[in-house]
Amino acid sequence: MIELNDVRKVFPGRRGGADVVALDGVDLHVPAGDFAGVVGPSGSGKSTLIRLVNLLERPTSGSVAVDGRVLTDLPAEQVRRARSSIGMVFQHFELMDSRTAAENVEHPLELAGVGRAERRRRSAELLDLVGLAERAGARPRQLSGGQKQRVAIARALAARPGVLLCDEATSALDQASTTGVLQLLRRVRDELGLTVLLITHEMSVVKAVCDSAVLLEAGRVVDGGRLDDVLARDDSALAAALLPAPVADDRVAGTLLRVTVTEAAPEATVLRVLIGQLGLGVEVAGGSVETVAGGRHGRLLLRITDGDLAGLDTALRQLRAEGSKVERVAA
Amino acid sequence: MSDWSRIAPQLADATGETLYMVAVSAVLTVLLGIPLGVLLTVTAPGGLAPLGWTHRVLGLLVNLGRSLPFIILLVLVAPLTRGLVGTTIGSTAAIVPLTVGAVPFLARLVETSLREVSPGKVEAALAMGARRRQVVRTVLLPEALPSLVAGVTVTVVALISYSAMAGAIGGGGLGDFAIRFGYQQFRTDITLLTVVALLVVVQALQFGGDTWARRLARR
Repeated sequence: MIELNDVRKVFPGRRGGADVVALDGVDLHVPAGDFAGVVGPSGSGKSTLIRLVNLLERPTSGSVAVDGRVLTDLPAEQVRRARSSIGMVFQHFELMDSRTAAENVEHPLELAGVGRAERRRRSAELLDLVGLAERAGARPRQLSGGQKQRVAIARALAARPGVLLCDEATSALDQASTTGVLQLLRRVRDELGLTVLLITHEMSVVKAVCDSAVLLEAGRVVDGGRLDDVLARDDSALAAALLPAPVADDRVAGTLLRVTVTEAAPEATVLRVLIGQLGLGVEVAGGSVETVAGGRHGRLLLRITDGDLAGLDTALRQLRAEGSKVERVAA
Repeated sequence: MSDWSRIAPQLADATGETLYMVAVSAVLTVLLGIPLGVLLTVTAPGGLAPLGWTHRVLGLLVNLGRSLPFIILLVLVAPLTRGLVGTTIGSTAAIVPLTVGAVPFLARLVETSLREVSPGKVEAALAMGARRRQVVRTVLLPEALPSLVAGVTVTVVALISYSAMAGAIGGGGLGDFAIRFGYQQFRTDITLLTVVALLVVVQALQFGGDTWARRLARR
């Protein structure tokens, strides 16, 4: 569990310049076992935010708690010890070039004073978990980006943390490696019951793995929640970022309808009424439907190509009353 | 070289003295210079343990040691040498100024090497719960090792050239040999012979250091 309460982080201005407010009163609550994402453009404060969770950065004000312990109240020595129960994965892997894959995985255990035999056993077990058992003796420079990140994940899990922080963990990887690493993160979360906080600027990453997410802009949380709730909202800034509203070609004539597709309100209901009951000709003018957080979500733009529009508004009102999210786009 | 049989043993002795002075001062320089370089790095602003004043004072001392011509330093540290060794003459006595001269040199090279270790690796270790001491021992030093080896090699080569100067004030060694037999007796052939002897030593060292550093970097 991760809890940030009214966290502010201000970096003093350089050479008499104005102070930089990186985070401006952020509240974040990630329940135990959740896979949470923080998205936002670069400069929005994401990197600062994730570094606050294990106090690599100290907040200027506000509190940070992980698994029920308020880290901001602890003395430095206890913060150091608490960090070993918070794993962290970085954009550029940050493996030690002087160590083999296995030795990198052993590193945190070595720091904690775990004996050699136990370290060996644990690193073998973890490299097996991330599917790199046969690369145990390889140096980082002999591994691909995806393999390096897998080793880094194994290292982050070595000390059996309850929380895993991922700082743009896939941003330096190609598409195939990204998919592999995300699947691995999801799997270790499931198998080990971890709480994961992931920051990224890639919406596709959030859609692929997160249960919940917040949108950070200029140091403030502007939107957030469980993805299935967020995507069901029409007015959500985060939903608009995850599933951009479709744009229709305005050179083509025809009445347009905007449909917000959710698991509870599938587009089939709308189509059945439009085509089946009203006998209208309907085509898809834009949009997409994807599986996010285990459910179908999407934004569709439908164009009425022919038929009598007389009963349309009444039918749409009826559909909305029954839970469908559909509205006529003002011409 | 008709008097070769007379000169050869002297050359051998001189080479031995040079190797002795350089070896002992090199060991001392590594033992003192690496910790000093680490201290310079970690106390720097934005370092692991930023200590503004300590950093500035250490930096000043290092710059002082680096800016003094070695021949002046030889004279300046004479009281220290007398205090430590009992005399200012001889190869053992030369070890003191050699070490004093080389420590700041190596410390700067060590600082440069350590600063090249990516801050991300340091951050990763801190995130694992490393103590600052552990960051130095398990991240900074091992990750910088190839570059540290190169720095030590450069320092030892510098020590050889310093040691020739130490010879001029009674330190013995190849420098002393070249001046006494070559320069003062107008024997250019002996001077050249000394140069060759020095060249062989320097080449061997540089080659050994380069090979080692390259092997470490290729890991």
